[in-house]
Amino acid sequence: MCETCGCGEHLHEERTVTLKQDILQENNQQAEQIRAYLRSKRIYCLNLMSSPGSGKTTLLEETIRRLTVGTIREQSQLPIYVIEGDQHTDNDTHRIAALHVPVLQINTGTGCHLEAKHTMQAIKQLNPEEDAILFIENVGNLVCPSLFDLGETRKVLIVSTTEGEDKPLKYPYIFQEADVCIINKIDLLPYLQIDMQALRSNALKVNPHLRLFEVSALKGTGMDIWCSWLIEELAKCK
Amino acid sequence: MHELSIAQSIVQLAEQEAQKYHAWQITEIELEIGVFSGIEIQALMFALEFAVKDSLLEKADIIYLPIEGKGECRECESDFLLKSLFSPCPNCGSYNIQIVNGKELRIKSICIK
Repeated sequence: MCETCGCGEHLHEERTVTLKQDILQENNQQAEQIRAYLRSKRIYCLNLMSSPGSGKTTLLEETIRRLTVGTIREQSQLPIYVIEGDQHTDNDTHRIAALHVPVLQINTGTGCHLEAKHTMQAIKQLNPEEDAILFIENVGNLVCPSLFDLGETRKVLIVSTTEGEDKPLKYPYIFQEADVCIINKIDLLPYLQIDMQALRSNALKVNPHLRLFEVSALKGTGMDIWCSWLIEELAKCK
Repeated sequence: MHELSIAQSIVQLAEQEAQKYHAWQITEIELEIGVFSGIEIQALMFALEFAVKDSLLEKADIIYLPIEGKGECRECESDFLLKSLFSPCPNCGSYNIQIVNGKELRIKSICIK
């Protein structure tokens, strides 16, 4: 029995417990569960990350249009689902819903990124069919989303030409985590002083394995190349 | 400010562990934070001030143990101290580098009573 309070329950001597425990363990375990679930249903999942205003939603709209109409549709024909992450508003959800695609909005409030628990909750609600594509549009932020695995198949980073060529060096974590980097708004190049070669080489310095694409989601330039790559990826996933 | 989520996870994990031993207080916690973990220690300290309120960690000394970066070149297999995420291999100049140390984000230990 304890001599201090007589409880017989708790410790009164100090002791050290060694944990060596990963602080992100819970998120990472949930992400692995999601990944296994998506793989079992042959659902290809992309986590779209970028700073606010680099054109994630426009890129997503144009990608969905190409996957649902025209020549690329004939190759894919897969059901599409979207999870939209924003701190506030459901503006993006309305834009995606207009394309007749099931979409679920997650508002993080003060949260600056999505976590695996958000994906899990959203997938339960969306209940996607087998053999599908799931897009997750993360909260616009070039810092925080890099730390949180959502269980996606691939991480896609979108950076726009207006952001400058030094962004990979200023925000290396997110460039290092990404599998694909889409340089958007190339239609604005005549009006900008950005050094595209420097942007490409900076991105590859931080992550030599990045797959780079250059597009104007608004004007459609380069979008077929990006979508064709996506179709090839989907075929590999089968 | 993802450090707030991280701070909340630290409190949750440390309390779970302490409760296994029926501890009523955590007097010290050691955190291993790699230089490339994506965590700003000042921001984490600020977030933890709030996150520990009304928890077993409220009076704990928080010890930060930074872990320096170490890289290994995938081309020539040499290993070296890594100063930034985009440093080339000092031996062959390749950017194809594996980060061996520096991404840690761990609770090393807790002192409980």
